[in-house]
Amino acid sequence: MTNIAEDTKNEACIHCGDDCGKHPVIWDGKPFCCSGCSTVFQLLNENELCSYYNIESTPGIKIEEGKFKEKFAFLDDEEISSKLYEFSEDAIRKVSLYTPGIHCSSCIWLLEHLNVLNKAVFKSTVNFVKKEVTVTFDSNELSLRQLVELLASIHYIPEITLDDLQEKKNQDANKKLLYKIGVAGFSFGNIMLLSLPEYVPGSEYLESHFKSFFGMMNFILVLPVLFYSGNDYIISAFKGLKHKFINIDVPISLGIITLFVQSSFQIFTSTGSGYMDSLAGLIFFLLIGKWYQSKSYQALSFERDYRSYFPVAVSKIIEGEEESTQINKLKKGDVILIRNQELIPADAILTKGEALIDYSFVTGESRSVLKSIGDHLFAGGKQVGGAIEMCIEKEVVQSRLTQLWNQSEEKEIYFSKLNSLIDQISKYFTLTIIVIGALAGFYWLLHDTSKAVFAFTSVLIVACPCALALSSPFALGNTMRMFGRLGIYLKGADIVEALSGVDTIVFDKTGTITQADAVRVKYKGEALSEQDLDAVKSLSRHSSHVLSTILYDHLKMSTSRKVHDFKEMVSLGLSGHIEGREVKIGSASFILASKAENLSGSTEVYVSIDGQVKGRFIMSNQYRTGLNELIESLSLNYDLHVLSGDNDAEKSNLAKIFPKNSSLLFNQSPKDKLEYIQTLKSRGRKILMIGDGLNDAGALKVSDVGISIADDIYNFSPACDAILEASKFQELKRFLSISKKGMWVVKLSFLLSFAYNIFGLYFAVQGILSPILAALLMPISSISVVAFASFTTSYFARNKEGKQILKKNDVLPSIGKVSKKRVQLN
Amino acid sequence: MSVIFVLIGVSMVVAGGFLIGFLWAVKKGQYDDHYSPSVRILFDDQEIKDQENEETHGRASKQEESENKDKKEDDSKSSQEN
Repeated sequence: MTNIAEDTKNEACIHCGDDCGKHPVIWDGKPFCCSGCSTVFQLLNENELCSYYNIESTPGIKIEEGKFKEKFAFLDDEEISSKLYEFSEDAIRKVSLYTPGIHCSSCIWLLEHLNVLNKAVFKSTVNFVKKEVTVTFDSNELSLRQLVELLASIHYIPEITLDDLQEKKNQDANKKLLYKIGVAGFSFGNIMLLSLPEYVPGSEYLESHFKSFFGMMNFILVLPVLFYSGNDYIISAFKGLKHKFINIDVPISLGIITLFVQSSFQIFTSTGSGYMDSLAGLIFFLLIGKWYQSKSYQALSFERDYRSYFPVAVSKIIEGEEESTQINKLKKGDVILIRNQELIPADAILTKGEALIDYSFVTGESRSVLKSIGDHLFAGGKQVGGAIEMCIEKEVVQSRLTQLWNQSEEKEIYFSKLNSLIDQISKYFTLTIIVIGALAGFYWLLHDTSKAVFAFTSVLIVACPCALALSSPFALGNTMRMFGRLGIYLKGADIVEALSGVDTIVFDKTGTITQADAVRVKYKGEALSEQDLDAVKSLSRHSSHVLSTILYDHLKMSTSRKVHDFKEMVSLGLSGHIEGREVKIGSASFILASKAENLSGSTEVYVSIDGQVKGRFIMSNQYRTGLNELIESLSLNYDLHVLSGDNDAEKSNLAKIFPKNSSLLFNQSPKDKLEYIQTLKSRGRKILMIGDGLNDAGALKVSDVGISIADDIYNFSPACDAILEASKFQELKRFLSISKKGMWVVKLSFLLSFAYNIFGLYFAVQGILSPILAALLMPISSISVVAFASFTTSYFARNKEGKQILKKNDVLPSIGKVSKKRVQLN
Repeated sequence: MSVIFVLIGVSMVVAGGFLIGFLWAVKKGQYDDHYSPSVRILFDDQEIKDQENEETHGRASKQEESENKDKKEDDSKSSQEN
């Protein structure tokens, strides 16, 4: 029997595509990996929605069962739910829910057919880019909570955080830019058409009333361009000057204002046709550059703070009754109930129950801490085990964790911007052109006074740094896109510049250089028979302790049997009777009774059957693939540091991987990490910090570039500058070198645009800049610089893409869906 | 040659029409999501129609209900636009 089962390949779950193991859940002759998946299938089958499975194969999402049972109770609170509605009148409600599970066309199909599952839903629309589903429904028949639970029942769990309750961020910025581009494009096109007669041979025969009519039309058309589309540049330049700082917008504004005044003067005095086409074109191109640079990853969140981590509400106990309360309304002295796997929202004192708190979010320490009644509990810890009650000591905003967050928030964005290359150049650039213009004007004042003003304004016009201003958005914007394709998502294009200047790299340990979920389990001791393995598995099934879960997952191939007299000794181990034998698993002190020694510092679980010690399972962190090679190549050019919140059990292993001069620090609290980065910074280091958890959040914020690494990029990453797909970790070195090449391209584009400027200045200082020359020079320089910047950066990033694709097949096949636990059998 | 004034007027009106069209499309969110519409159009909604037909034929009251809902939906749409 067993042989046959071993030979046949395990079937893949129809719903989520996971390995079903030896004993799949069978429903209607189809295999499922768990009852959760099969329940969804049954639900869809009942409602004849099985097309879901035809559009894409195994589109489903696997979740652990029953996790959402009470989770959404807070949505019954009218005050909370009313903040989430986009629209409500009578019984009709419209709500947009961020649902990170959306990943394929099947998802769109199913979520847009919600009305089949529940008649109270009128309409549901998916925005794939934002991973949002917008539902219009009848609140008399379906409450928001029921709606969310309906989504959860088909395994699309919406993520509702405190952030959603805050004032909805104005997403109109992007739309506004598009409006401006539309208006500028419209005017630019028409002005070009009206200016063309001036440029063709024979224009001197054009009747004067046509000339003045065209001039007036140009003047009218350029007004919205200058005052609506281009106002950002003028405002920004004005603000810069107010702070006594010359940014790139200063020479641009100087150029466009001179263009406007000069042209208007020429039009109204009928002395010329002006340069209105150059002005409109300039602003149009600049806006396109801005749009190209601002395109960002909407579905990713780079700004998450503690609010996104905490639940929206918890159960507060008032006179023995549970009541769902928003966490920002919790007051000192309130008693709250925290269930298994729930986060503690505020610093509190344990009043009832036995707490086993997992602080890995906050500290990075992977082992849970046992707390008894009267002990202090800190915000951010997660309860593992039964429900506990606690008395709030501090309000949410005052808790230790939140304070840490606010402390690091002081980083001034304005000042980081000051240092960007383009703004440094623009200072000298502006002064230079003003000097050149003044000299030219002065020269003509002595020789031919009629040309003096014209020469001065021509210099300002021709030197307007359109190409200069475009080169960096396109080079960096394009590099950012290339990065996105390769698996690293930047918050903005300016991060490329910051990344290229990095000289020190700081790694977090747990979850960054080790894989978050992957634990290597080794067994040492007397060989265990299949029956023994079954027994261990059945025992571990009954406990929610981290180690039990790891062990349970590790013993995938075994079957669980019935356990009698199950006992769980907290922080010691488990015992029970299986098939008449007494089986114990647990710590050394529990199994070996007296000899409580742990030399290696690694985590071990001992097994004994009928009082006889069989051996131990050793669990150690699994390093990310390619770590050795990566560290080796990085150590040549960068200073490397490791900050771990965990104990130093892995120190000897890490010392082998990292070069001798790198510092390895252990037992670092989040605050230690933050301060460490600040000390390095004060020594003038440019720091890249790579971390994954809440415990790194402060450090990520203060470092020059904070990258958070994630298995599923749509879930749970702390505020950072970039999100790196975990599977692309070994490519880090390459990302750094691409960013350097990107900056190199920017500098070359600068040179190119300077060359155009010198060419233009040659005519301008002589006072012979004609409108047609300006009209030709401006687009030619801009377009050539843009083309150069885009093509070269693409070339550099693509250079190795062939190799990349080959490599892809070697790494884990599916990323982003469910983090798969890699278990090695020894 | 005065016809040029008329032509320019006409061309401005046409171009203005396109500008308004563009602004309207941006406002309606047509540029927000460029993936789902491309997928949505390929969905075959035959099965669901069949099911709905069965239900509505089976129970007249259901049909009324769904009509009411349609109305409500329309109402909600129009009031949103307002």
